[in-house]
Amino acid sequence: MALKPLTLTVAAGEQLAVIGPSGAGKTTLLQLLACALPPTQGEFMLDGAQPWSLPRSQLQALRGQLFLAPQVPPLPPRQRVVTAVLAGRLPAIGLWASVRSLFYPSDIPAAFDALERFDLADKLFERVDRLSGGERQRVGLARALLAPAKLWLIDEPLSALDPTRARQAIAALVEGARERGVTLVATLHQVDAALASFPRIVGLREGALAFDLPAAQVSRERLAALYAQFEHELHGAPAPEAAPAVAPQPAVMHCR
Amino acid sequence: MNTATRAATLRDPAWAGRVWWCSVALVLLWPLAVATEFRPWVLFEPSNMKISARFIASFFPPVLNGEFLALVAREAWRTVAIATAGLSLALVLAIPLTLLSTSALSVSALSGRMAPGPFWFRQVLRWLLIVLRSVPELVWALVFVRVVGLGPTAGVLAIALTYGGMLGKVYGEILESGEAHPTQTLMRNGSGRLQALFYGLLPQNAAELSSYTVYRWECAIRSSVVLGFVGAGGLGQQLDNSMKMFNGGEVATMLLVFMALVALADRVSASLRKALG
Repeated sequence: MALKPLTLTVAAGEQLAVIGPSGAGKTTLLQLLACALPPTQGEFMLDGAQPWSLPRSQLQALRGQLFLAPQVPPLPPRQRVVTAVLAGRLPAIGLWASVRSLFYPSDIPAAFDALERFDLADKLFERVDRLSGGERQRVGLARALLAPAKLWLIDEPLSALDPTRARQAIAALVEGARERGVTLVATLHQVDAALASFPRIVGLREGALAFDLPAAQVSRERLAALYAQFEHELHGAPAPEAAPAVAPQPAVMHCR
Repeated sequence: MNTATRAATLRDPAWAGRVWWCSVALVLLWPLAVATEFRPWVLFEPSNMKISARFIASFFPPVLNGEFLALVAREAWRTVAIATAGLSLALVLAIPLTLLSTSALSVSALSGRMAPGPFWFRQVLRWLLIVLRSVPELVWALVFVRVVGLGPTAGVLAIALTYGGMLGKVYGEILESGEAHPTQTLMRNGSGRLQALFYGLLPQNAAELSSYTVYRWECAIRSSVVLGFVGAGGLGQQLDNSMKMFNGGEVATMLLVFMALVALADRVSASLRKALG
């Protein structure tokens, strides 16, 4: 189990960063919050209701109000950037409108504005497989700006970005969330960026809650304790996790 | 390390297993060869060589007179029509069955195991696909020739049923073999299954799906020839007639037409792959 029993309450409109060394359970926590994984025990309440006791169709409708951005940008090859960004709108529009949008993108200006926040406006009609890793990650983040969500759950948004782009991306997310009144929970490897941009910091270690404090109260000692034996991650050395290890797909044999 | 242990450590450990499985394969093949009366050297006995040579020699020259070519063109067109109509009907059958049976579009499987209801629903549809494709199109054609009479309709229906089963199975496998991450993320963020299909699954699988469909069209052309032998119309029926009349030249002409059709399908498939790749 990736998470130990912990209590965490997030108010609407709040912005918080989850930090901690590799394997602390940060991604699992986000997946739990996104209703992607059910809790094996304990209670998970969203808006005062238990999502996993809902019928599947209502749970799926509820997922439309949550936006989970995985660390590996979920972009199928051959798709164009504009389509990939507009895919964030899917929960809000019907099937017919989404198919029509494949023939002529329904809201190009919105996609353009979202990409501009991440300095990618010139890539609007490029194919995602022609982009660099960092560009792909920012396309995945730009999708959040179009999602009809009240809660953004962003997993390692900066893992493939250089420091300048990282500052820009985190600013776009924080401001975008504030403008929309969206609650923002992000996991971050970059402790400095987390402390600078987020008012509330949650420290996770080995699946347990190490601390849950305003950013100003997160002292050097606490960080040192949080990252004990993982000091290289605290000091910004490229974490071994930064390049997400994608497990090799088993070869599939077709019978034709 | 002394020489003996060194030799032992440097021996390929997979060798014994390889020898074992090769021997097992040979032991299993032997009764199969006996059961199928597999005696290829019979082909090279002088009397049989003479028969083969006479049969092949009768192919030359191919019949190329205008009247026969017009007949071949008409029947070739009918063959293409049977294959195309059959495949279109097969698609009507296969596409909904694929979408309903593929686990790549399961919402309940997003959070671990698929729920029992959806699992058994998909399983039943898979069995239906197995039933459809396990009956050879020749048998379906014989059934339909009795129902709708001699002619292309029987061929079209036979191809539609068998190929619907094959397409449904392989489409499902293609959709499940690709990377699931984009599609799953869309569904986790609240998209519907069909939306996830259009925005996640199809962009990465379109090239493979369409080239497989063209390959199946090619197979449908070949198969409509066999169906012609049982009276389902098209080039196959003409081929059957010419064979019965021992008219090798006509057979040769029609075989050349087949080769041209298959080569055409090959080109179409290659260019589709390139356009969508």
